[in-house]
Formats: sequence, C-alpha cells, structure tokens
Amino acid sequence: MANKVIYVMYDDDGVLKDGAKKLVSKGIKIADAFSPFPIHGIDPIIGVKNTRLGIMAFIYGLTGLTLATIGMRYFMIVDWPMNIGGKPNFTYLDNILSFIPISFEFTVLCAAHGMAITYLLKNRTLPGMPAQNPDPRTTDDKFVLEIRTADNSMDEKELDKLIKDTGYIEIDKKNI
Amino acid sequence: MQKEAAIREPLILGHKTYHDITEDVCRPIEDKAPKMWYILFGIALIIGLYGVGCILYLLGTGVGVWGLNKTIGWAWDITNFVWWVGIGHAGTLISAVLLLFRQKWRMAINRSAEAMTIFAVFMAGLFPLIHMGRLWVGYWVLPIPNQFGSLWVNFNSPLLWDVFAISTYLSVSLVFWYIGLIPDFATIRDRAKKPLSKKMYSILSFGWSGRAKHWNRFELVSLVLAGLATPLVFSVHSIVSFDFATSVIPGWHTTIFPPYFVAGAVFSGFAMVQTLLLIMRKAMSLEAYIHTKHVEYMNIVIMVTGSIVGTAYITELFISWYSGVEYEAYAFLNRATGPYWWAYFAMMTCNVISPQLMWFRKLRRSLLFTFFISIVVNIGMWFERYVIIMTSLHRDYLPSSWSMHYPSPIDIGVYIGTIGLFFTFFLLFARFFPVLALNEIKSILKGSGQSYKESPDYHKNH
Repeated sequence: MANKVIYVMYDDDGVLKDGAKKLVSKGIKIADAFSPFPIHGIDPIIGVKNTRLGIMAFIYGLTGLTLATIGMRYFMIVDWPMNIGGKPNFTYLDNILSFIPISFEFTVLCAAHGMAITYLLKNRTLPGMPAQNPDPRTTDDKFVLEIRTADNSMDEKELDKLIKDTGYIEIDKKNI
Repeated sequence: MQKEAAIREPLILGHKTYHDITEDVCRPIEDKAPKMWYILFGIALIIGLYGVGCILYLLGTGVGVWGLNKTIGWAWDITNFVWWVGIGHAGTLISAVLLLFRQKWRMAINRSAEAMTIFAVFMAGLFPLIHMGRLWVGYWVLPIPNQFGSLWVNFNSPLLWDVFAISTYLSVSLVFWYIGLIPDFATIRDRAKKPLSKKMYSILSFGWSGRAKHWNRFELVSLVLAGLATPLVFSVHSIVSFDFATSVIPGWHTTIFPPYFVAGAVFSGFAMVQTLLLIMRKAMSLEAYIHTKHVEYMNIVIMVTGSIVGTAYITELFISWYSGVEYEAYAFLNRATGPYWWAYFAMMTCNVISPQLMWFRKLRRSLLFTFFISIVVNIGMWFERYVIIMTSLHRDYLPSSWSMHYPSPIDIGVYIGTIGLFFTFFLLFARFFPVLALNEIKSILKGSGQSYKESPDYHKNH
C-alpha cells in the first residue's frame, strides 16, 4: 500500500482542536496543523515542542555585547586614546559610562537580527520560496490537520472512520 | 481563546467571520485604487520631489544654503530630525510595549503605526545625513579601518551614540514589522488572481506555510523582539536628548531631558497615528476594526504623555530659577519673553493645554475633535524642538554675537519635502500592504468580536 498523506480541513479553530484531541486520544499521530493564525493550545496536543529561538537570541545578544566591548576598548583605549573633554580613558573601566549606550544598542542589534535570520532559516521561509501550505484557503479561514499513514499503524479505512467523527468539512488524500 | 469581561467594549464591531476580516483588509489592495488615492499620491509625490530637488541643490552647493549663521549653527535641520524621530516612536511603542502589556486593541493599529514609524525614521535619518554636506563620506561615522592613521570615530560622543541608536532602531523596527507582515502577505498571495501580483506577493511572503511549528516560532520571535524593542524605544529618544543634555549650553544642560523627550516622542507619535488612521479607516472602510474605543485609548495615551511633557516644561522653568545659575535663568526667561516668545507660546498652548481637553469623555470620543487635536499636537511638538534649539542658541554668552534665525527657502523646502515623501511612502503602503495585522485580528475575533461577545454561549464554557 502506498504511503498517503491525509489533509483534513475544518472551518473553525475550536473544532480542529477538539478533533485533534479526539484523534490523538485514539492513538493517531498528527503530523502537522495549518492555520491562518496561531491556534493557542494546539502545540501540546499534536506534540510540537516549544522553540528554542529565545536561547539563540540570548546568545546573539551576548555576542553583540562582547563585540562592542572588544571593539570600543581597542578603538578608544588601546589603539589611539584621545583626551575628549577630560573624560578618563586610562582603562576601559574608567571610561565605561560613555560606552554603555552603544554596548546596549549593539546588543539589541545583534540579538534582534540574529534571531530574525535564524527564524527565517529554520522555517525555510526566504524570499521567493514556493508556498508550503497544502491549500490556499488555510491562510484565509480554513484549518487543516495533516495525518500521514506512514506514521500510524492503523490502515487507511480505520483512520477514515475515526476522522469522520471530528466534524471536518473536506478531506483530501495524496500519495507520497 | 481568551475571554474578557463582558462590560469591555468589543474590539471588532459587527458580525464578522474570519473570511470577512480577510475580505475587508484585502479588498482595498485587490480593487482598483480610488481616484482620491491618485490625487493624494500625486500631491504628496510632487511635494516630495520638490524636497528632493532642494536636497540635491543643498548637496551641490553646500550647507550654506540653509539660513544658519555663526551663532546659530543648528536650526531647522536638527529640529526636523528630532521631530521625525519623535513621530517614529509610536509604532514600536504600540507594537512592542502594548504587546508586552497584552493590550489587544493594539492589533488594529500596530501594522500601520509601525509603517509610519519606519517612514518617519527614514525622514529623520535624512537630516543628519544631508547636514554633512558631503553625503558620499557619510560612511565615516562607522568605525572602519582607514588610511588616515589610527583615526577612529569618537565613542564618547552622543552624536555617535545617535548613529548607532537610530540605525539599530530603524533596522529592528523594520524586521519586527516585516516578520509580522509575512503571514499576511501569504494571505494575499493565496487569494491573488493576477499572475503579476501572485508572483510579487509570493516573493514577499517568503513561502509562509502557517504550520503549527512556524506559528510557535512566530509567537516567540514576536515576543522576544517586543522585549528587545521596548528598551530600545526608550533608549533611542534618550540618546537623541543626550545630543543636547550632555552639552554645556544653558537651556540644554538639563538632566530632565531624557524622560521628557521620550514622553514628548510618544505624545507626538500617537498624534500622528491618529491623523493617519482617522483618514485611513474612513477611506478603506475599516470602521469595524478601528473605532471610537481605539481612538479613545490613544487619546488617553496622548493625555498622559502630554501631561508628562507639561510637567517637564514647568519643572524646567522652576529649576532654572531655583538653581541660581543666572545663565540658565536667563535662557528660560528669554525663551518665554524674548524675541521667540511666539514660538514658546505656540508650544505651551498646543502641548500643555490641548491634551488636557481629553479629560472630557465626550471630546476624547469625538473623531473630528481628535483629528483636530492630533494636528495641533504635531504643530506644538515641532515648536517644542524649535524653541529648545533656537532660543538656547540665538543668544549666547557674548551679546555682540546675538542673532536671529531666518529660514531660507531651502530650509523650508527640505522640511516640506520630507512631509511629502512621508505621505508618498505611507500612501504606497496603504495601497499595496495589508494595513491591519490580519493574523492577529483573527486571533482575537472570538474573544473580542461583538457578535461573539453578545452571543449567549460566550461565558458558558469557561
């Protein structure tokens, strides 16, 4: 039997969530959910782990802070110390007050852009990429669950029977 | 879905479905532009191009074409710069600070407010660039290894802090805005009929899928960016105020500047949002999404920040006398009663008195009155910067070099030109981009939509 992917379409986020709960309790593995806006609470039901992008943002921010510190220490203290309005510049620490604004700005710059770029790469959403959603209506008002036969031990007929009770409006199957 | 108190006014009026929201926001993009759009765009473009012409003339001739003299070396350029940066504060404040505070009414206005922010910061950034006179050496503000010996930019200088602050603010706001736009571009992409627009929105939407994992990341990225952008908003205008506060000019050398500038920026930014949105909601028939309650909320912000600004003005005045520094005292006396008294008077009337009218519920819920006040506030905020800069400079320590500033036609041309360019960008945005955050609005429909709130089931299951 060929492996199939089943797209079950709903017209309400609440119905999809209840349906997903029902299917999961029957032991069906749901591969994915597509929706026009974030459905709160769907992630634990279908087993989507929380993203770790926040940790990445912290690391990028730390990198920015380090770079800014190293840079400003080199420019202003090591390479060519200048007397500017009598501000003490014998060590970095003496002059640190003047360096706080740029340290902060550069930290934010690196954290924000680092995270945004990682986000786009991880999502594989980049300029010109083809649309990844199974049906164009999922960006409007329809909600889709993706179930793969390969993930589940049940055969297709049994799956169909269980899906039937969830109140879907359309079902679409594709061979993969 | 989050429930909210029944007595809270719904944020989305009427009986909307998810599909209705898509239709309402996409219709203006998909339909032919109304004649009015072409007229406004034409006017804005002509004014903008005139400004570009003035800038080119300035670059070709030199900064001498401005009405500066040896006493007043900073005038309209920095006034306009601070004015535009201030206006550019509302967008990120609305989308970042209000996101952290979970204020759902932000969702109707954040997209266009952020667009306004970005265009306003573009206009602001123009002024420091062209005031260099030699635009092509603008990259000298960056610390890059060079052939002039060990010549580095001065990291002790607030002007350099400004370079970093403004460029960080601009680029982070842009990213924040665009990340929110991607799913909405996908909605337009999936509806587009014409091949060209399909292609364009397909490129713009980056192939967005709407899968659960992507939404999970999307929400975290929005939250973290909001967390980063919040201190950024406050830092940017604080740093702009350092340009003045760290100098030793009487009238500028004030510790009150950073909080007072930030409050002023939010004040003027919200006023500009009101000016734009009151027209936009009407022209694009978005009255169901941006209605009286939203306007009222914004008016309350205007009232609070306006009061902070008013308090700051009076504190400044008091401290100038109380400090016992005669130069400081004179600077303020001269501000209020000297040759620029009319500018001071305009600033006081527009910024201190007008926002206090918002205490009246009738007035702050009146759209016409709000529109009028929003323009008054923006005029007042321009005068605030003008007063701070001009009156502090024009009479310095040496009475023989006292002087007045008269703007040249180029001064005026560049300023008016930036307003034209700003509206050109904003009109393009309103024509081709989704002006409401579709995905966010849809996510609050069941919690804050009128038809859902009024249905008997609303409080049943929870």
